[in-house]
Amino acid sequence: MTQRDLAIIGAGPAGMAAAAQAAAFGLSVTLLDEQPRPGGQIYRDVDRAAGLRGEVLGADYAHGTTLTSALRQSGVEHISGAVVWAIEDGFRLSYTRAGRAAQLTAGRILLATGALERPMPLPGWTLPGVMTAGAGQILLKQSGVLARRAVLVGSGPLLYLIAAQMVRAGTPPAAMVETQSLSDMTRAARHLTGALRGWRYMIKGLKMLAEIRRAGVPRYTGATGIAIEGADRAEAVRFTSRGRAQRLACDTVFLHHGVVPNTQAARSLDVAHIWNSAQACFVPQLDAWGESSVQDVYIAGDGGGIGGAKAAEVAGRLAALQIAQQSGQLPASNRDAQAAPLRRALAHELAARPFLDAAYPPCAEALAPADSTVICRCEEVTAGDIRGYAKLGCTGPNQTKAFGRAGMGPCQGRYCGLTVTALLSAAHGQPPDTTGHYRIRPPLKPVTLGELAAMEDAGQDAAE
Amino acid sequence: MNPASPFLETEDAPRVDVSFDGASLSLPDGANLAAALLAVGVEVFRHTPVSGAPRAPFCMMGACFDCLVEVDGVTRQACMMEVSEGLVLTRPQAGEAWE
Repeated sequence: MTQRDLAIIGAGPAGMAAAAQAAAFGLSVTLLDEQPRPGGQIYRDVDRAAGLRGEVLGADYAHGTTLTSALRQSGVEHISGAVVWAIEDGFRLSYTRAGRAAQLTAGRILLATGALERPMPLPGWTLPGVMTAGAGQILLKQSGVLARRAVLVGSGPLLYLIAAQMVRAGTPPAAMVETQSLSDMTRAARHLTGALRGWRYMIKGLKMLAEIRRAGVPRYTGATGIAIEGADRAEAVRFTSRGRAQRLACDTVFLHHGVVPNTQAARSLDVAHIWNSAQACFVPQLDAWGESSVQDVYIAGDGGGIGGAKAAEVAGRLAALQIAQQSGQLPASNRDAQAAPLRRALAHELAARPFLDAAYPPCAEALAPADSTVICRCEEVTAGDIRGYAKLGCTGPNQTKAFGRAGMGPCQGRYCGLTVTALLSAAHGQPPDTTGHYRIRPPLKPVTLGELAAMEDAGQDAAE
Repeated sequence: MNPASPFLETEDAPRVDVSFDGASLSLPDGANLAAALLAVGVEVFRHTPVSGAPRAPFCMMGACFDCLVEVDGVTRQACMMEVSEGLVLTRPQAGEAWE
């Protein structure tokens, strides 16, 4: 079995930057990633798409090529198309690639598993034609596929980014239905001074808004009562804005109200997590270098708390410095000297975050969905079902699995976990930290018997 | 390009034949399978085992498992696959989706 100093999961900005940095200090590194090409979701397929669609996707996206080329030159073993389904003590990683399971061991683990879109359970959100805004971007980045008649629903910078990209690509969205209100903006104003230190992001945001306005895309703000209508697929979005009921016919609905850390792998390792009320999600408890409560397990990038692509890149480098120091490859004084400019860059990258978190809060209705709304997409469990289980005495998310299969489907709670915690917390009047989150057990992703049977066994191969 | 599709393909690529639930489709070779199916107008990928409700790709990044299709008897995520010549895809039967 291959033995490495460091195994990194996820080839987004944090994973790519950490891999190249750690290799530069002489560590043996394997980077595992589910996609066929490096980039993660933010720089998805950047090597191909930056050339084909760079004008549409923008300079921030094209920056990803600096990370992919550094990764290629680093000598790091990059195993693409690899789905990691177990991480055991010690550490032994099991993964599937091309229909065959395999394992490797590593002294240290860096999880760079990034973010997921926050679940936005609204009436009709399971209909074909409804996707996450991130999915819409992936269609554009990886495949050059654009929605012809789309309504963007929710709030936040990513929603503006995809709208601006659609405008540049010549197929503007039919409308934007935004949930943030004037009072959100007023509340956010107190973070404005801090945000101006991150002026680059503020200017980028204003430019995107101007692009959207120039294209004549209708914007409805302070939207409430949002429902997606349709029999077998999305046909229209219904909502109320400024006291007026609206119905917009469309083919595609892109939902977005922020992203949250993808904590699945970290939870399977029993890494301690705490509730971050500013970002309304659980984040792993990490030290200043990204080391978690489990020794030799590091987390960098959005998986450790939402900060964006550039912050993820810096966090990846910081983690690599500490890992190199702990591996005896870098004296502590050198580590600190190299970390100092990175820490300044990180503070700069995060300056606008409190403003953005306050200005674009998650849609309140989707945080406390109506009883009839499906919240567990896999098992079709509704918010009312969860509230009912709470009345029956169900106190924690793991019990809801036993009561009604919420979180038991193939996505294993990735898209209902936060909602179930929120519903149980509200029902019992207790904070999310008390309610807790699903316990995540391997396999993290389904693995077939055929894939297991085809397991590469280095020991056996040697004996044959 | 399929004028009936809610999606627009912006690029030309060599196409190969695949079959989806018995229908013959011409998709861009090497493209993301879920994106390619959406672009030619496939709207429903599967039906849920619980209520039989129609589903289609939602996250496009391997997290939601809504785009499940069956390939050679194995249920897989279309968004994590690439188009190749002669792929034979079927809609997973209700109740046979991953448990």
